[in-house]
Amino acid sequence: MSDITKKTLSELVKDIKDKKLSSQEVTKAFIERSEKSKELNAYITEDYSSALDKAKKFDQKPNLNLKLPGIPMAVKDLFCTKNIRTTAGSKILSNFVPTYESTVTQNIWDEGAILLGKLNCDEFAMGSSNETSFFGNVQNPIDKNLVPGGSSGGSASAVAAQLTPITIGTDTGGSIRQPASFTGTVGLKPTYGSCSRYGIVAFASSLDQAGPMAKNVKDCALLQEVISTFDSKDSTSIDFKRNEYSKNLTNNIKGKKIGIPKEYRIDDMPKEIEELWQNGIEYIKDCGAEIIDISLPHTSYALPTYYIVAPAEASSNLARYDGVKYGFRAKGENLIDMYEKTRSEGFGAEVQRRIMIGTYVLSSGYYDAYYLKAQKVRKLIKNDFDEVYKKVDAILTPSTPSSAFKIGEKKDDPVSMYLNDIFTVPVNLAGLPGISIPAGHDAKGYPLGLQIIGKAFDEQNILNIAYAMEEKIAFKNKITDWWIK
Amino acid sequence: MNNNNLKYLISRKDNQYEVVIGLEVHAQVTSQSKLFSTSATKFGAEPNTQVSLVDAAFPGMLPVINEFCVKQAIKTGIGLKAKINKRSVFDRKNYFYADLPQGYQISQFKNPIVGEGKVILDMPDGQKEVGIERLHLEQDAGKSIHDLDPQNTFVDLNRSGVALMEIVSKPDLRSPDEVNIYIKKLRSIMRYLGTCDGNMQEGSLRADVNVSVRLKGSKKFGTRCEIKNVNSIKFMQMAIEYEANRQVDLIEEGKTIDQETRLFDTKKNETRSMRSKEDAHDYRYFPDPDLLPLEVSDDFVQKLKSEIPELPDEKKKRFIEKFNLSPYEATILVSDIETSKYFEDVINNSDTKLATNWIIGELFAVLNDKNLEITKSPISAKNLSKLINLIKDGTISGKIAKTIFELMMDGDKDPQKIVEEKGLKQESDPKAIEEIIVKVIKDNPNKVKEYKSGKDKLFGFFMGQVMKISGGKANPQLVNEILKKNL
Repeated sequence: MSDITKKTLSELVKDIKDKKLSSQEVTKAFIERSEKSKELNAYITEDYSSALDKAKKFDQKPNLNLKLPGIPMAVKDLFCTKNIRTTAGSKILSNFVPTYESTVTQNIWDEGAILLGKLNCDEFAMGSSNETSFFGNVQNPIDKNLVPGGSSGGSASAVAAQLTPITIGTDTGGSIRQPASFTGTVGLKPTYGSCSRYGIVAFASSLDQAGPMAKNVKDCALLQEVISTFDSKDSTSIDFKRNEYSKNLTNNIKGKKIGIPKEYRIDDMPKEIEELWQNGIEYIKDCGAEIIDISLPHTSYALPTYYIVAPAEASSNLARYDGVKYGFRAKGENLIDMYEKTRSEGFGAEVQRRIMIGTYVLSSGYYDAYYLKAQKVRKLIKNDFDEVYKKVDAILTPSTPSSAFKIGEKKDDPVSMYLNDIFTVPVNLAGLPGISIPAGHDAKGYPLGLQIIGKAFDEQNILNIAYAMEEKIAFKNKITDWWIK
Repeated sequence: MNNNNLKYLISRKDNQYEVVIGLEVHAQVTSQSKLFSTSATKFGAEPNTQVSLVDAAFPGMLPVINEFCVKQAIKTGIGLKAKINKRSVFDRKNYFYADLPQGYQISQFKNPIVGEGKVILDMPDGQKEVGIERLHLEQDAGKSIHDLDPQNTFVDLNRSGVALMEIVSKPDLRSPDEVNIYIKKLRSIMRYLGTCDGNMQEGSLRADVNVSVRLKGSKKFGTRCEIKNVNSIKFMQMAIEYEANRQVDLIEEGKTIDQETRLFDTKKNETRSMRSKEDAHDYRYFPDPDLLPLEVSDDFVQKLKSEIPELPDEKKKRFIEKFNLSPYEATILVSDIETSKYFEDVINNSDTKLATNWIIGELFAVLNDKNLEITKSPISAKNLSKLINLIKDGTISGKIAKTIFELMMDGDKDPQKIVEEKGLKQESDPKAIEEIIVKVIKDNPNKVKEYKSGKDKLFGFFMGQVMKISGGKANPQLVNEILKKNL
């Protein structure tokens, strides 16, 4: 096994720029390892041969000024990729080949990267364990039969298992940060409006945000500066000054004020999470930053609010999958019958559950009690953050209330599954940036993550804090390559 | 202002019923591209040739508001003397249909771009004000075609996503006639503004008609029925007539009216139930999270106000004051922008009074007869003004002018040339006219005697004789004067 796949993105970029490695060598290495790792089921669609062609082309005329020169990478199968099947992990799109490219992936290719394939995810990004995918669950490289988290489970698994040097996921309620936490990787959910949603299969439009996933903070920063652009094709894209996050990355966070919200100390929180958090606080102090106790009083309402807003938007966003224009179509006696059969057969149980919840909360007579009230609470949650950001620069919390669980363990208990997102969901509701970094292990040796939440558009600051902590934590992922025979 | 005698009432035995009508007009915004995509909007294109990925609702596609359509809506709002809302919100109206690719229509539900306004109707017995409740922007749906195949339905998405303005009136209309005048006025205002071409044949203007009835004098509204998607004024009037009578009959029979949505069958000339209130769709409106609230600044609205042309009401006022037209004449001449333009082109260098009479009289008769729009008038404004000048300067008489007018219609001929070619120039030489008069007096001594003995009416006889001999070319004014002298 070559050492190429162990390298970080920054190392690979340097090696290619220094001509120590060719794009073909790097691409081949990741393809070979991906081929040997089919048991992880991280890929839905592989595009290896055209990746090799592209690598060859790159090497013939290498443009070494690019940020991702000849770097191969696989992406979550929620991003539409031109002429490459894009399924969103669903049967209903299992035959869908877009004629267009998402803005985020286009930005990546424009900087010289090469597509390896499309990574598994929960169906329409609805799930926290990657078990809702029509294409089967994904194995966490940490241990056999362990979920990688979700919805960007394939992405997290692929980065942790070194099938791709970096990747992108999407995060609606924690879908980047929770799997990052479960796999010992770094995942950033940018500020809402930072990365264009154009060409990303929509789950909940007011919450969806694409973001980078990587082995370390520096790689994350580099990928974030590539994918974050203002895009007039997305009306919610925000035209703000974007940093060169990797260039401006610093571990000097002296004097920064970091808030510790008391409401995140939930009942029955495992002791090891409590300890992880405490350790995080000590690392922060070691870096010369100041710890301040804060309160985010509406935190406990975040999860129920999320499970009204997200399904409401999803129920409408997924109405377009009706078998009329593209994707899977079941035969029906008439139009209504065709709709019903197509959607019953085309959508999995979790997606149907959320469509029903969403349809219900928007229904006349229930709208005020659920949707409207949820929107009001959402505003209160945002106000909570606005208030504390008058006193602190960032907030430190655990990423998840537990480490990764076994496949099947929570499948029949949606509420317990939803609880996974308890620390990540408020960040989406408030539209803020949040990053999860690996910060320790539980008793079983499974990774645990800490989350740093920043002010809107202040990605640089949380990347810096994560970078400083990363150095102190010196986390080592325990991966045995158990799946490689 | 409203003359009670002219009220449209439905009578049954001892009861008289008043009809209450409110309209939801769907007016297609005149624009190059759709409300949220860059696809073209041309009418009559091959099916599915004007469809973008956004219009067909492909995964990950997002709507982006077309600023031009927003301007058009605001301009229309200004034309309706309405409140322009600085902040409006696009909502999703959710329902499934094969020609609705997104599974929802983007519309404005709670916060429309335009609020309350009014339209002034010029009725035969005076003016009537009709309140406007609101105007909002929304997407049109595609078109399902059911009659091309026995099994399948075909879908054309060319119209999918085209911008519509839904203009909701208050329930202020009371008769089919008022509906006719209301629609025409609304259409006229939008055509002046260039915000909707008002072409009903092409579906650019259609309406949902809300009808209820109540006993004359009653203040309480009756239960209303909504007649969906009526696409001509004539059909609207027929539908109202039928529906109001149906409701009155139900009341007279002691039955109740169910609030429901009805369809107008143009072949059978009747409305029939489409769905009851119980079956009404639950559209699950909620703000579209793909679009931010639409905010417009005072400057933006102010700038649009400065671009508004003179509208029919103001133009009418000016025509009356400046050109001394009667309200009736002015109303007709401003009724659509093309007519008013034609009129102003003609009077630009000819007599106003004559021009008014000729346009409203002769020209309109021809246009009506040939079923032509004024833009397709066989006689151009330029040549009509020449004709009027020929009358005014005495070159031809009014009578000859009518003959020339007929000849002009063949290829918009220059009246001056016709006069020269056909030798139709009016005889205005007093000496020549006097010669004829002398001859006529000489030839009719008995009539002269009778006239002189007090039979004044015979003056017409002498006039006629003179005109006859001159071949109709003698200047009537001069004949009149000289004849009086000589008799």
